[in-house]
Amino acid sequence: MKVLLVDDEEELVVTLAERLSLRDIDTKWALNGEDALRLAEAEHFDLAILDMKMPKMNGLQLKAELQKKWPNMHFIFLTGHGSEEDFEAGASAAGEDYYLIKPVNIQKLIAKIHASFDAAEK
Amino acid sequence: MSIFSKMKPAFWEDDDSSSGLYKQLFNYPRLWKQATLISMAIVLLPLVLLTLYEYRVTQQSFEAEALARATRFVSKTRRTESFLLSKKRFALEFIIHDNSFEQLLQPQRLATLLENLNRGLGVFVDLGVIDATGRQRAYSGPYHLDDADYSGQDWFKEIQHRGIFISDVFMGFRHLPHIVIAVKKTLPDKSFYVLRTSVNIERISEILSYEQTGEVGDAFLVNHSGVLQTPSRYFGDILESVPLDVPEFSDHTEVYQLNGIQRSASISANDPTKDIPEDVAKGPLVVSYAYVESSPFILMLVSPKEQLMMQWEQTRIKVIIFLACTVAIILLVLLCVVTYLVNAIHTADQKRVMVLHDIEYSEKMASIGRLAAGIAHEINNPLAIINEKAGLIQDLFLIKEQYKQDTKLLSLITSIVSSVERCSTITRRLLSFARQSDASITRINVYKIISEVLSFLGKEPEYRSISITIDVAEDIEDIVSDKGKLQQVLLNIIKNAFAAVEDEGHLAITARKNADNLIELSIQDDGCGIPQKDLAKIFEPFFTTKGGRGGTGLGLSITYSLVAELGGTIRVTSEKDKGTCFIITLPLTMAAQKG
Repeated sequence: MKVLLVDDEEELVVTLAERLSLRDIDTKWALNGEDALRLAEAEHFDLAILDMKMPKMNGLQLKAELQKKWPNMHFIFLTGHGSEEDFEAGASAAGEDYYLIKPVNIQKLIAKIHASFDAAEK
Repeated sequence: MSIFSKMKPAFWEDDDSSSGLYKQLFNYPRLWKQATLISMAIVLLPLVLLTLYEYRVTQQSFEAEALARATRFVSKTRRTESFLLSKKRFALEFIIHDNSFEQLLQPQRLATLLENLNRGLGVFVDLGVIDATGRQRAYSGPYHLDDADYSGQDWFKEIQHRGIFISDVFMGFRHLPHIVIAVKKTLPDKSFYVLRTSVNIERISEILSYEQTGEVGDAFLVNHSGVLQTPSRYFGDILESVPLDVPEFSDHTEVYQLNGIQRSASISANDPTKDIPEDVAKGPLVVSYAYVESSPFILMLVSPKEQLMMQWEQTRIKVIIFLACTVAIILLVLLCVVTYLVNAIHTADQKRVMVLHDIEYSEKMASIGRLAAGIAHEINNPLAIINEKAGLIQDLFLIKEQYKQDTKLLSLITSIVSSVERCSTITRRLLSFARQSDASITRINVYKIISEVLSFLGKEPEYRSISITIDVAEDIEDIVSDKGKLQQVLLNIIKNAFAAVEDEGHLAITARKNADNLIELSIQDDGCGIPQKDLAKIFEPFFTTKGGRGGTGLGLSITYSLVAELGGTIRVTSEKDKGTCFIITLPLTMAAQKG
């Protein structure tokens, strides 16, 4: 159970990675798309948690790149846009993938992670 | 309080001191005056011209009618006079042809004839028979003229030629006006004799008296030398001379007009003009005349024109009263209509200004709203971190007991504190922006305010890789101005610049002091530029190129008026596809505004 966490906000990404690790989820993090791709080159991740809005390469672009290499990878998106309208727009853009608004409720995130692993095992 | 001040319309003293967008469209008192004058000219001019024309035409027709009346009177009277004279003449003609010379010489016969004549006409004074030598051979009458010799007299010579003679008037028997009528009978042996009579012409005078002529004027007879043969109301009694020229001969009735009668310069007792009534002497007079057939008389009618035109006078007054009433009504209606319309325009203009104020206000509110939303978004990220940090502490406490005494806790808490700090910074900015509606003039660091405005715009330049250079000249000290307004000005222009540039575009903001010791801020982008034809219009309200994409077209016009309120100017240069440069000039110290 390996998770790749990508967000341009270092404080956030480090802390969140640590919180996931505390829950026995093997988490690696990156601050941008390029670093993330480099990590994904080296090892396989089951799930990527991506920030939607990042400089140079946004979440959707990164997803497309990652999927080229790992077609079975699952994705959860995080976004800073807090309004209802943004949520709906983002959810439809991300397709059937999971979509969460920052600040993230950790229980919900864990639930989504487990749900995507369950889906993967089937 | 005068009546005018109570009736004065609202626009009359509405002093419009505002400028630019909120300036009133018209100078209302002047508009009112212009509208009143023009509409009055258009309505009243044709009315007055038409009435004047009508007045002239009516006056002329009345005048023609008056002259015709005088002419008719003279023609009719001339016929009557002529008839009266002819009657007497025919009576004499009858006698002289009905009786032989010898019969007439019998005094008894002559007396009987005179008596018979008077039985019918009653105006014959005497009868005399004169032979070819001019000697009176028989006479019947009150005078003793039995052997009078007329051979040397003019009338006797005249009758030899013409066979008839009618004399001028003289004052005869019992001091009454008389004329002499004589007829001649030529015998077969070429010798002749004459029957002569004196006739009282009171009856002829009566026809011309006031009772007969009153309204028309003064009618009288004159002889060919202008001596009165009947009394005249204006020019004196019988045998006085008339102060008028003897008119030229004409075989029918003639009319001419006279401007008045010249009085003689020397005032003497026998001046014929001294008794003429003042109004007649002044004129104008209408003189009509006719020569009475086979007599030495001219029938004259002198009428003061005023008297002839009496009916016109009444009509004239009616016309003038009608015109005055019509003009008064038109003026009243015009004034009411013009006042009402100008008032309506004024009201609409005031509403327009109010609506513009409303639009500006709502635009301001909308931009504050957008800004607040942007800031809320920015707060979101640090909040997320706080959330994670706090969550991690919670996790550590829940999951790993050994962290209880760990120094790491301290660093986490420090991190939370610093994130809270970031959050509060943004909150402070939000508050400082909200406060900008209250004009607060403060010292402003130019570099700082540019950075602040850029920070409001968040991470857009970063995400779109727009590079921004800020170059503030070192000699620029802090300026004193309204911070809120300056922020909004910069925000509007920089937002426009972001909209104009492509991703990876460039924005250069420079500040320097110009020759006039003013701060010159220039914001130069390398975006799409503004077409030359739009350049003159971009500061106009409601001018937008964004079409239906949410632009109200008010952003730059508000920017323009805000710069004006700051006491500065704004201008723009642009080249299509090369970029746009806004240059704002501001005073170092903003002049304090009232209120």
